[in-house]
Amino acid sequence: MTPQTPPSETSQLKLGAALQLLSQSGHVLPELNDVGSAAWLQAVIDALCNLSSRDPLTGLANRRQFELALAREVDRVARAGEPALLLIADIDRFKSVNDNHGHAAGDLVIQSVAQSLMECVRPMDTVARLGGEEFAIILPNCPPAFGQTVAERIRGKVERKPVAIGLSETISITISLGGAFAPQWVRSSAPLWIERADQQLYRAKAEGRNRACLEMPPVSLVSAEEKGLLFGVSQFEDLE
Amino acid sequence: MTARILAVTSGKGGVGKTFVSANLAAALARRGERVLVLDADLGLANLDVVLNLFPKITLHDVFTGKAKLDDAILPAPGGFSVLLAGSGLVEYSRLTSEVREQLLKIIETVAPRYDRVLLDTGAGISDVVLFAVSLATEVLVVATPEPTSLTDAYATIKVLATQQQRHAISLVVNQVSRTGEGRVIRGQLQQVVDRFVTPMLGEGAGPVKLELLGEIPTDKAVREAVQKRQLLLETLPGSEAAKGIVSIATKLSPA
Repeated sequence: MTPQTPPSETSQLKLGAALQLLSQSGHVLPELNDVGSAAWLQAVIDALCNLSSRDPLTGLANRRQFELALAREVDRVARAGEPALLLIADIDRFKSVNDNHGHAAGDLVIQSVAQSLMECVRPMDTVARLGGEEFAIILPNCPPAFGQTVAERIRGKVERKPVAIGLSETISITISLGGAFAPQWVRSSAPLWIERADQQLYRAKAEGRNRACLEMPPVSLVSAEEKGLLFGVSQFEDLE
Repeated sequence: MTARILAVTSGKGGVGKTFVSANLAAALARRGERVLVLDADLGLANLDVVLNLFPKITLHDVFTGKAKLDDAILPAPGGFSVLLAGSGLVEYSRLTSEVREQLLKIIETVAPRYDRVLLDTGAGISDVVLFAVSLATEVLVVATPEPTSLTDAYATIKVLATQQQRHAISLVVNQVSRTGEGRVIRGQLQQVVDRFVTPMLGEGAGPVKLELLGEIPTDKAVREAVQKRQLLLETLPGSEAAKGIVSIATKLSPA
């Protein structure tokens, strides 16, 4: 498919390169007889925005999109107070995959991990490739009690899914994950949140890889037993 | 002579912590104390909203070196002074060592000039809240009879006892529906503290004691004052809730 040149008033615009980019990346633009109309131009811009927010290798959100989503989530947590989890995942010993099997195999591994991550999360979650072999997942409205379970599920999924890198050759891949919750009711900032999740990722790597480490929120848990005693006795007993 | 520093905190947000801080400051001021309220809720400060103040200079400007501390201290209605955090303190919502030092320095500077400094902390048990509380000599936990508030107040007491070795914690029960409810709630909390918290402290640590400073009844007057963005003690000093606050001040500052 050859890029169309828009007629008349928009003909001054040099859209050839943009249209070629879109056509190469598989974006379908509206009917050709609309070419040059405001609606058509809007569709081109929307498609370019979409393209600039995705990682070409995996189709995941790219770093730019991730940072936008994270900033939005920081705002939301501060207003609504709902807990949110940020996970950062890194493929273990990825360099040796590239060194031993070549960069094409490395790309297949990255795509396979991206697929696994997507399969483990809810539609509302944002999965992004931050660059290289590093990924991030933003999980809005994720209660602290479920954080470890989610991270563990993702880790296990990648571990159980060998990657085919040739006609008969497969390799096993593991990832390490670090996670941190946004401080509830407190306005954090995106860089600080990432830093805390990163620290947990370093911990997971240092403790031997193929594991998920989460920062525990500084909330003292109240056990069922304690709650039982707190509410078990009628509060108004000695008022009667 | 230096100020007594009282941190006002709560587990859950929305229990009237800032309302209590502001009105308690006014009640203490009436008893002749020189009072400063420091808005230590660096994440989502709202003391300015409660007091209807629109400060040009805030703690933020002091932290960043744009203004002098003295210029950030404002007179509040009610006869006390305030030091407001100001909004947009995004970078302070986590506790860097720099913020820690700045807060410490500010409190050391203002303490000699007042009889009492109230630290209005944020909700929850974040590191900023715990640090702000650690700067205080006394701590006051505000709770309501609502189960989630009580659970969070208990969690806060537990953290303060175990991490900061606090053995005396004051309690104010806000929004009680009947006289004496505060006393019952203190009893409930004390019972759980005796059973679960004191044993965690190890031998010879001594028991953790909760002292009920008072209760504040649910009162239409509070809503009225809050909506007008005025101090209850100024607008409706004869209301039951205002009387509750005055009695708390009397207990804190016996004549």
